[in-house]
Amino acid sequence: MKIKINNLTIVTSSGLFRKNLFIDKGIIKKISDKPISSRGVDFLIDNENLMVFPGFLDMHVHLREPGFEYKEDIESGQRAALSGGFTAIACMANTNPVNDNSAVTHYIKCKSNETGIPVDVHPIAAITVGLKGEKIVEMGDLKKAGAVGFSDDGYPVENSDILRKAMEYSKCFNIPIICHSEEKKLSKEGQINEGEVSLKLGLKGIPKEAEIIGIYRDIMLAKLTKAKVHIAHVSTKDSVELIRRAKKEGINISCETCPQYFLLTEEEVLGYNTFAKVNPPLRTKEDVMAIREGLKDGTIDVIASDHAPHHIDEKDGEFELAPFGMIGLQTMIPLSLELVRLGVLDFQVLAEKLSRKPHQILGLKPPVIKEGEEACLTIIDPHYEWVLEKDRIRSKSYNTPFLGKKMKGKAVYTIKGGKVFEIED
Amino acid sequence: MVNKVNWLHKDLISLEPLSREEIIFLLETAKSFEEVLERDVKKVPTLRGKSILTLFYEPSTRTRTSFEMAAKILSADTINISVSTSSVSKGETLLDTVRNLEAMSVDVIIIRHSFSGASEFVSKRVKASVINAGDGRHEHPTQALLDLLTIWEYKKTLTGLKVAIVGDILHSRVARSNLFALRKLDNEVRFVGPATLVPEDFKKLGAKIFYNLEEGLYDVDVVMALRIQKERIGDGFYPTEREYAKYFSINRETINFAKRDTIIMHPGPVNRGLEISSDVLEDKRCVVLNQVTKGVAVRMAVLYLLLSGGKVEN
Repeated sequence: MKIKINNLTIVTSSGLFRKNLFIDKGIIKKISDKPISSRGVDFLIDNENLMVFPGFLDMHVHLREPGFEYKEDIESGQRAALSGGFTAIACMANTNPVNDNSAVTHYIKCKSNETGIPVDVHPIAAITVGLKGEKIVEMGDLKKAGAVGFSDDGYPVENSDILRKAMEYSKCFNIPIICHSEEKKLSKEGQINEGEVSLKLGLKGIPKEAEIIGIYRDIMLAKLTKAKVHIAHVSTKDSVELIRRAKKEGINISCETCPQYFLLTEEEVLGYNTFAKVNPPLRTKEDVMAIREGLKDGTIDVIASDHAPHHIDEKDGEFELAPFGMIGLQTMIPLSLELVRLGVLDFQVLAEKLSRKPHQILGLKPPVIKEGEEACLTIIDPHYEWVLEKDRIRSKSYNTPFLGKKMKGKAVYTIKGGKVFEIED
Repeated sequence: MVNKVNWLHKDLISLEPLSREEIIFLLETAKSFEEVLERDVKKVPTLRGKSILTLFYEPSTRTRTSFEMAAKILSADTINISVSTSSVSKGETLLDTVRNLEAMSVDVIIIRHSFSGASEFVSKRVKASVINAGDGRHEHPTQALLDLLTIWEYKKTLTGLKVAIVGDILHSRVARSNLFALRKLDNEVRFVGPATLVPEDFKKLGAKIFYNLEEGLYDVDVVMALRIQKERIGDGFYPTEREYAKYFSINRETINFAKRDTIIMHPGPVNRGLEISSDVLEDKRCVVLNQVTKGVAVRMAVLYLLLSGGKVEN
């Protein structure tokens, strides 16, 4: 298939350029200032409003299969990811059975390939068997089966000695340990951020310190072991500060945050809105500003969604019984563009956080927009306005506090494996 | 004389969103019903033909009886359902339960639940009026209203008072409802107790915080002791009951820190010897049983306002 892209803004690591692209057999053949002849072209993209990014990767997704297919399955998750403009996603291990052995990893790889949906699925395996925090998994075998990272997301390894050993052992395979950093004894039975809102609603609070203490421990273990460590979903001001200092010190860590932590505050929960019940919980204005600062100065490497689908029957009930989590694949682009509109990031840095960095952290080759490179692209319309209605959601679940909200920006095409995929409206 | 306020709420879930005027209107309406309770024949036809359901997911003697009494005096039909909370997670969902009950044409659902927000959740999903009879550690609006009515009677005012609420503030829905209502009426609200049970962030909601009983009670017009909710709080909030009682119990000595004409309140049930001593309960300044009487009048007023849509006939 020959694909021609006319007069679009191209976002590369060296800047933004208005260029013409010619792609043949999946390879970027030509990038030029002059229009490329349309002869023999199978697909033409010609819309000066669009922007071409290297393909986006969401490195924190819960696909729920195997085990919880009523919330989401691999296919519906891929559809949501494609609709959100992702060319790849990485999925967490808290399925049933847990992805703690190569058979499950293999199953996820095969199943996601069979769907034919052009979104690569990279499994993240558990750190410990059954997410129990006791015995480390067969990391070598899992890597061979396709695992790109290890994480007990949701169930932080409580025993520091076991986590230390997991970090040390992971170095043999040069694969990252992804920490859900939380001191569980301190956050026990907590529902939302501890503070004014938790007192007003009479819900047990989760102090910020539960995350901060967890992150401090994980940083120190990263320092001790010199392993490749990534901190998931950073949500507090002090967390950003700790990571900033650790990076300055030269400790080998990276971290991510999610749109809910740079856009929403605990106030979102008022009225017992279970769609805003997430872990870590939504914090305060002060934290939101600090997260933005961390994104701006590079302390925070990656924006991930922590896409966590839950069935409406689980969310539509007593707040204290509702599970934590919100979906996020389809809102990633408009919500991240909000950072550009707020002047926090420019498009180039946004591309780093949605494409290059997550690929690098997971040991995957980042897509590059360069002649001779494979074409793995996300093409967006940054100005397109739409409303997040239930019927636009491709996920099986619609648990998000952004439901019904106005969005600005949307993926229009992805290009991958030599084909163009038009994203339905 | 009843002020002209249009009561437009379908439900009574919390006092926090109500205006000062609405709270006063509720109390004035309750006051007008007190007279009915003094009659020989305690029956008025006001709510004849209305059906009222109490749905209690937590044990209660006082509150449920009080609601039932109020409904019966107003000639409504009442049905009482008690559900054990343990069946919640395995059995029918709360939503299905209330929808089924509503399908039997219930006009009012009075709900008590161990989870904060349960009453609000139900109110948003049924057409019937919902009254919150206590939800987790969130609010207990009719309790605070009856407390205010009691204070009004003894202090002849609803404003400018110093009120100390003592004990397990963190887990108390009574403390929250009282805080919101008392602050709207421009009273000073002091939360007094061990720091583990009195989070400092309550300052942001308008409370003054005291970890010392003598300082907390100094010069107050009202002392409200709260029940230590042993079933709700778990371990570790204070070392022993012995030490708790030593530092935070309202007793014959500590009550002297307050104004001489202070009144002593407690929402019940009481842990005698823990948060309040037996001799203080016998003190003539103790109005605990008067609170209970006021409770019926307050609940009559709430039922009446929710079902009549605020049209007050004198």
